[in-house]
Amino acid sequence: MISIKGLYKKFGELEVLKGIDLEVNKGEVVVVIGPSGSGKTTLLRCLNILEVPTAGSITLNGHTADFSKQVAKNEINYFRSETGMVFQNYNLFPHKTALENVMEGPVIVKKEPKDVARKKAVSLLNKVGLGDKFDFYPFQLSGGQQQRVGIARALALEPKVMLFDEPTSALDPELVGEVLQVMKDLANEGMTMVVVTHEMRFAQDAADEVIFIDEGKVIERNKPSELFTNPKEERTRQFLNLIL
Amino acid sequence: MKMYLTNILADPEKIQRLLDIALTSLWPLLEGALYYTLPLTFISFFFGIILAVLTALARISTSKPLQIIGRIYVSVIRGTPLLVQLFILFFGLPTVGIVIDPFPAAVFGFSLNVGAYASEVIRAAIQSIPKGQWEAAHTIGMNYTQTLRRIILPQATRVSIPPLSNTFISLVKDTSLASLILVTEMFRKAQEIASANYEFLLLYTEAAIIYWLICFILSLIQDRIEHRLGRYVA
Repeated sequence: MISIKGLYKKFGELEVLKGIDLEVNKGEVVVVIGPSGSGKTTLLRCLNILEVPTAGSITLNGHTADFSKQVAKNEINYFRSETGMVFQNYNLFPHKTALENVMEGPVIVKKEPKDVARKKAVSLLNKVGLGDKFDFYPFQLSGGQQQRVGIARALALEPKVMLFDEPTSALDPELVGEVLQVMKDLANEGMTMVVVTHEMRFAQDAADEVIFIDEGKVIERNKPSELFTNPKEERTRQFLNLIL
Repeated sequence: MKMYLTNILADPEKIQRLLDIALTSLWPLLEGALYYTLPLTFISFFFGIILAVLTALARISTSKPLQIIGRIYVSVIRGTPLLVQLFILFFGLPTVGIVIDPFPAAVFGFSLNVGAYASEVIRAAIQSIPKGQWEAAHTIGMNYTQTLRRIILPQATRVSIPPLSNTFISLVKDTSLASLILVTEMFRKAQEIASANYEFLLLYTEAAIIYWLICFILSLIQDRIEHRLGRYVA
């Protein structure tokens, strides 16, 4: 479903991604781990071209974006429409209610009739356990609730792939579980997911594959059971020792 | 001052005369406010804000020429006195064959002014909205215009209400400068009446009170708008 080839990203002089190759199959849950500054968030943001890579290519559902050339606008639009993104800081629209946040994409971008979009938004919010918070503004919701609205907002556009950028890092510890549960449910439904996270429990429970990135390169990739118990690379071992 | 007051208070006839003048000039002054001062303010503010939004967008755009045009416009308008601008428009332009009536010339001048000052307010307000808002909008597929209109500007509006109210209230008072290019707005009316009966202190004070009342009502409206737009903020 996703095929990344030779991906490079430079911010000025700083090279953050140094030749990433990666395949993600349909229905797979891939968890990306790595020390801070390793490039994992940048990699995720390249997948929907929120950051434009410096070189390499990404193929999504047979559409290839080749970053050795200028990427066409409609190519970017395709990547955005096929992917949903969940941010570390939720980035909900503060002037819109939970329901309006979820309806915004379908109504404004997909031009769906309001009543259709509303029905879908209601069922999505029910699904993430916020059936009683439709008319709440983001500031009236806890972090965990806001993040679940964020997930519903992304799902409303019916993406083929969901991208999660440290979705629980900004949450109080007791709120992490409710967000991870929603993500696990989604994984069980067969959603293709790429998740950058520090939640090793989630990786162990839900990931099909864990990828360890350091200094802009994929160091090691394996099933979670293998990678966590029997890492092959010294650097992976060091990292796991620090966090487990 | 003391002499003036003692003389008046000692003379009931004089008091009566001043009251009469104050009352009979009230309607002409209000007329000046209703027909000229307020329309001049509202029309100029309307066009000025449109100009300000466009200028703000030009200045934060990625296009160098647009940035430069915006920068020069703001610099020229802010760097020259409003009165001089009005004189150029009304007394200067006829020299090159462009004759504009007093009222449209004033609207033109004030709009350009509001556009320049308010563009800085709006630019700052837009830039104060976190980058994550743009990104979130882009990830759900919204383009630049949709993001600006639906996500960024509504939030920027809330931030810019207090400083824009400042601009608006300044504009109410600045319209008195239009008296100098022959717009018969409230202050010019006051001047005309005073030059006939020589009661300058009375007429100018009366005009000042009306200006103050207008600004007072406007700041009440500002409070209501702020309250309304603040409903989604903790």
